[in-house]
Parts: sequence; structure tokens; C-alpha cells
Amino acid sequence: MSNLKVLINGIINENPTFVLMLGMCPTLGTTSSAINGMSMGLATMFVLICSNTVISAVKNVIPNMVRIPSFIVIIASFVTLLQMVMQAYVPDLYKTLGLFIPLIVVNCIVLGRAEAFASKNGPVSSFFDGVGIGLGFTLALTLLGAVRELLGTGKMFNLSLVPEDYGMLLFVLAPGAFIALGYLCAIVNKMREAK
Amino acid sequence: MKKLESSLKNMVLVLTGITIICVGLLAAVNEVTKEPIAAANAKALSDAVNAVVPGFDNNPIEEMKIQEVDGVSYKIYPATKNGQSIGAAVEISVMGFGGELTLLVGFNNEGKINDYSLLNHAETPGLGAKADTWFKSGAKGDITGKSPKDGELTVSKDGGEIDAITASTITSRAFLKAVNAAYAAFSGQNVDGTTGATQQATSQVVVSSDTVKGAAN
Repeated sequence: MSNLKVLINGIINENPTFVLMLGMCPTLGTTSSAINGMSMGLATMFVLICSNTVISAVKNVIPNMVRIPSFIVIIASFVTLLQMVMQAYVPDLYKTLGLFIPLIVVNCIVLGRAEAFASKNGPVSSFFDGVGIGLGFTLALTLLGAVRELLGTGKMFNLSLVPEDYGMLLFVLAPGAFIALGYLCAIVNKMREAK
Repeated sequence: MKKLESSLKNMVLVLTGITIICVGLLAAVNEVTKEPIAAANAKALSDAVNAVVPGFDNNPIEEMKIQEVDGVSYKIYPATKNGQSIGAAVEISVMGFGGELTLLVGFNNEGKINDYSLLNHAETPGLGAKADTWFKSGAKGDITGKSPKDGELTVSKDGGEIDAITASTITSRAFLKAVNAAYAAFSGQNVDGTTGATQQATSQVVVSSDTVKGAAN
């Protein structure tokens, strides 16, 4: 598989949110606005790229029976690193996403890609797989966040489009996350199959 | 390169090695980011103080005092301009609807509310979370310019004159309770001669730290 194909595959055919249905907890939890969704997607993408590349580079020195603990130590290190850097240089963003950053460790997308792709492929294509899956996740979260923000508060990226009084509060809350995600999944998969 | 065999020796060595490398890396990053994190936290606090009692020229964070009211101690950060008191900011936590509600209330010398800033909250998005702007100057539940000195601030439902946030009476009550308690701490530091606060005429009172419970009833 060429690197470009790997990249496209992550965004469309194996989109982690709409097709693989992985990482639902941060997906539902952080998408109350488009900017939050996008930030969470980018944070996960950073961890994915780093862990994918490193794991595929060291996969041969890791004995099979201890590969899962090894992967988790590597992933957790990158997440902790990201957490400290965010806290130091983008404290506002950290305050919004704070709770969800440590949870990237147990995000099944990251471990899933390490196990399903990085441990079987070379570092270069693993890097591209990280970028592709990360972009797919970021796009999905941004889309979901934008829909929820627009329907819930009439804004998009904090830009007021519709007066706030017309917003449906439901969409900012958890039930709205499930409803919006369900409809988006249906639409995206319909479009994907139509191709 | 052939994959390493899963013998006990290999597994112990590899896991130990990975852990040591990761710990070393994290320790290094921790050293680098320690100072920026502390600076960022300090800046967030001083920005908030600046927002609620603007115009001071001292360092309220460094001149922070502890004030006790009814057994609960508050942090008080006094602020002055040219050595003269210009007001005070009080940091306070109460239980809101969804969890702890921490805010910073700025008072001027007459005990009137200058402004406030919501530092931390867990209120419902779109409902109680509106407290971050609802009570600001010009908004529906404007509390600026009012003073708990003339009687405690309460929501109109409880016979007061402050409009509660629509569909968030519990949050509004908790918020006003915090403001009233903040005022108690603020006036306490000006009255209490034993702390020497009055003489220094320092003004920015940030009452914080311990939780004042029972606001959510």
C-alpha cells in the first residue's frame, strides 16, 4: 500500500469515528464546540503519530508476550509529555480539555493502531497511518463539534450565526452528542457507500 | 532483524529498558516545563485579579493574606495604588449545582462590587455555566455597583433584587452566597485590627482556598 493510500484510508475508509466507531468517550465528551473538538483531535493526532512511528521502529526488539504493556508505556509517556507541554504553553486550552488529555492513554484508537498497523508495518507507513487516522479523527470531531455548537448555541467557532435564543440546548448536552453522532454516522456512511 | 523471542530474560530486559528510557524522557520534559507551568498558573490568577479590581500597582499575589471568617480561612490578596487602598478581590469556593464553583470577587473601598471572575466551575453548559457573564455589568443579573453591606444579595425568587439565571436558580443562589461570603471576608479584613490589615490600607482581597459548603440547597 502506498503512503498516500494509507493516509486516505485513515481519513475515509477507516475513519476512526464514523467507520471504526473507536474512541467514543472523548468523541462525545469534548465536542461541545467545534474548537474543543478540533483541539482534542489534534492532541490525539500528535500522540498517534509519535506512538505509531516509535512502536513500529522498535517492534522487533519487543518480545511478543510483553508487547501490550510496552505499547502502553510508550503511549502513556507521549501523553504525559503532551500534557506537561500543554499545561506550560497553552494553559487555556489545557483548562478546557484537561480531564480528557490523560484519557488519550486509554483511547482505543491509539492502542488499536499500534497493534493493528504499527506492529506490522515499517516506520514510514506507520507515520502516515498516524497522520491519516489522526486527521480522520480530527475532522470527525471538528464536524461533530461544529454541528452541536451550531444547533445548540447558534455559533460556529465562536462566531455567532443565529441568535442564541434559537439554539437547542439539548445539543450542547450529552443526549445531543449521541443524536448528532448517530445522524452524522448515517450521512457519512451513506456518502461513503455511494462512491 | 528477527523478532526477539519471548523468553523471561528478554521480556524483563525489554520492559525495564523501555520504562527507564520513558522515565528519563519524562523527567527531562518535566524539568523544562516546570517553570512555564508555574508561571502560567500565576499569570492566570493575576489576570483574574486585574480583571476584577483594575488599576493597582503592587503585587497582590505576593501580598496575599489569610483571613478567617467563622472558622473558614480565605486567601486575601491586597492591592494598592501609590500606597493607597483601591479595593480588594476575594476568591471563594462554594458548592454549585454540578460541583465546586470558584470565583474571584472584586470590591472597591466602599465595599461595592467592582466585577467578578469565574475561575472554575462544573455547571451545566448552556444553563448554569452562563454565570460567567450573567452577573456582569450590563447583563440581566448585574451585581456590579451593589454591595452586600446593604443586606445580603439574593435572587428575586427569594425576595431579593437580582435576576436569577433562567432555569438555573440553584447556580444563581450558590453564586450569590459566594458573593455574600466573599464580602464577609472582605469586611472582616478591614475591621479586624489584629491582622493589621486596616492600617496598611491594602485593598485587593482574594479570599480563596477552603470551600464554603451548603450553597446548593
